[in-house]
Amino acid sequence: MSTQTIAGQEVDVNEEGFMTDPSQWNKEIAAQLAEQINLGALTDEHWKVIDFLRADFEEEGETATLRRVSKRSGVPTKDLYRLFPKKPAKKMAYCAGLPKPHGCI
Amino acid sequence: MTQTEEATMAQTEEKVIPDFGDDTDRKLCIICSKGTLDMAYPGLVLANAALMEGIEVNMFFTFWGLDMLNKKTMAHLKATPVGNTAMHMPQALSPLPGMTAMATHMMKKEIDKLDFPPVDEFLQQIVDAGGHLWACKMSADMMDLEEDDMFEEVEDIIGATDFMNMSDGAQIIFI
Repeated sequence: MSTQTIAGQEVDVNEEGFMTDPSQWNKEIAAQLAEQINLGALTDEHWKVIDFLRADFEEEGETATLRRVSKRSGVPTKDLYRLFPKKPAKKMAYCAGLPKPHGCI
Repeated sequence: MTQTEEATMAQTEEKVIPDFGDDTDRKLCIICSKGTLDMAYPGLVLANAALMEGIEVNMFFTFWGLDMLNKKTMAHLKATPVGNTAMHMPQALSPLPGMTAMATHMMKKEIDKLDFPPVDEFLQQIVDAGGHLWACKMSADMMDLEEDDMFEEVEDIIGATDFMNMSDGAQIIFI
């Protein structure tokens, strides 16, 4: 585990670069994380997903699977793949400062 | 270069950004040849997992696998203990009336508990994620099925030679 400066703030990250302490996260950090993985500027659609992930993590204590996100957040699977191309589940968790989801769906 | 500049550079160099493998050209073909509930799910789960990892996926449904696409059967796939020793019940009991219904009911409950969708919904999710569904021509002819009889998202009914072209360079899983 090491630290990185993201959006002017020191945060803990694991060996892959995922944040390990969700409480260190804020919206500026999310914006820079998104930039770092070439998602560009985050839109309202992105925020809807990220806000859902954060709220759900707070309640459940684990990162929502892609299926849970599409079922509960109201953002359809197709859009999740458009907003976070190729590896949506991992990319959205990364931007939300959460661990990768463990579920396989 | 000042010390501060050097420190900043060192930090920039150290910054670990996850490799999401955006440029992967990995391709996967999954051949689904079974029409039982327990053998439908491995293909669906693997296809979905591959798509979540940015891998191109083609699913080819052949023989009893067409039951997964047939509008009349796709919601009624069954799991049976007959001949399946992994269900750990005395094999002499397995063909008794009601056993298949019971095993099916139990498996559906477990699948639902894990938040895995039913077959039709799962196929839709795979298509929404960019996966492709193909039906085998020979099997469709044998079972007297046409495209209208199948799940709407099936792209086409194709022959085994078409499948060979499509799977060029892909990894193939036969289920």
